[in-house]
Amino acid sequence: MNEDEMQAALRSEHAQTPWQDVLFEGLKRGGIRQVPYVPDAGHSHVIRRAQAEVGMKAYPLTTEEEGIAALCGAWLGGERGVLLMQSSGVGNCINMLSLLASCRFPFLTIVTMRGECGEFNPWQVPMGRATPAVLAAMGVTVHRIDCAEDVANTIDLAIHDAFLSEQQIAVLLSQRLLGRKNWTD
Amino acid sequence: MLQQEIAAQLDRRQAVATLLRDRGDLLVITGLGSPAYDAMAAGDHDRTFYLWGAMGGAAMMGLGLALARPQERVAVITGDGEQLMGVGGLLTIGAVLPKNLAVVVLDNRHYGETGMQPSHTALGIDLVGIARASGFAWCHSVTDPRGLEELRSHLHEAQGPGFASILVKPDSPSRALPPRDGVELKNRFRRQLGLATI
Repeated sequence: MNEDEMQAALRSEHAQTPWQDVLFEGLKRGGIRQVPYVPDAGHSHVIRRAQAEVGMKAYPLTTEEEGIAALCGAWLGGERGVLLMQSSGVGNCINMLSLLASCRFPFLTIVTMRGECGEFNPWQVPMGRATPAVLAAMGVTVHRIDCAEDVANTIDLAIHDAFLSEQQIAVLLSQRLLGRKNWTD
Repeated sequence: MLQQEIAAQLDRRQAVATLLRDRGDLLVITGLGSPAYDAMAAGDHDRTFYLWGAMGGAAMMGLGLALARPQERVAVITGDGEQLMGVGGLLTIGAVLPKNLAVVVLDNRHYGETGMQPSHTALGIDLVGIARASGFAWCHSVTDPRGLEELRSHLHEAQGPGFASILVKPDSPSRALPPRDGVELKNRFRRQLGLATI
C-alpha cells in the first residue's frame, strides 16, 4: 500500500469508531506512557481510558505549565507523554514552553478549543483567539482538527514528528469537532 | 507580616556537597540559580540536569523523571523562590505519590539571584507544612549537619515522596557555572541512561 491507500484504510477502519477512541488508540499506538492533564469535558473520555490503561500513568495537574516540565522529565527518563489541556491553559504555559525550545525537548499537547464559533461564554474568547499565535510564538507547531475523519492521521503524524524529529507539536481540537457546550440543561 | 528570626548556620555549598557525596546512581535535577551552582561545585555529573530557566518547573521535572525511572532514585535540589513559583507542583506530587522522588529546598529565605529580596518563607510561609499537607511520605526541616547526613541516606533509601527544607545562610558564594547548552545537558543525561539521542 502506498501512503494514500494506508491513510484511506486507516480512515475506513475508524469510520465506525467514536473519534475519542480513535484519538486514544493513536496515543497508545504511539507509545505514550505519561498523560498529565487539566480536567476538561472534551478530554474526559481519553482521561478515563488513560487511567484504565495498564502501562499509562495519567495524573492531574494544578496548572498546565506543570505538565510541560513533567513531560521533559519523562523524556529525560525515556518515556513519551502527552499534555491534555484547554485553550485557556495555553496562556499559563508561556514561559515554561521556553524549556522545550532551550533543550529541544520533544513535546506533544492536545488542546481542546474554547472561544471559537458556538461559544456561549465570552470570557473564553480572548485566550481562544490567541492560542495558535501564542503557541507559534514559542516555537510550537500547531495542527488543527476540525472533523473526526482527520483524528487518526493527525495524531499519528504529530507523535511521529514530536518524538522522532524532536519537534514541539500542539494539536488543537476545534469547537467544530467538540460540539457546542450545552448551557441550557 | 511575620519576619521569622531563625539563625541559619548551614553553608549551602557544604550542604549540597554532603547530599551528593557518594551519590551512586542518584538522578538529580537542580533548580536555576544558586542550587545549580552548588551542585556544579559539588562536581559535575552526567546524571545531573541543571535548569537555567523554567522557574517553578524543577520539582515537576523530577516527577516526570521519577515516573519514567521507577527503579532509580531522583532528587530535585532547588531554592525556596523556585519552589514557591511552582508550589502547586507539590500538590501534584502528593496526588501521584512517587516512592522514588525527593524534593530538597535550599531555603535561604531570599531571592539570591535577583537582589536578595525576602521570599515568602522569610515572611512565615512553611514549605515543609505544605509538603506535609500534600501527603509527602516524609518531610524534614534540616538545620544541622546531623540532619544533613540523615537526609543524604533518605535520598537513597527512604520510601517517598520526600521533602526537605534545608535552612542555609543567605549568602551567595561565587558562581560555579554549569554547562548551559540545554540540548547537550539533555542528551548527556539520556546517553548515560542508555537512551538514544537524535
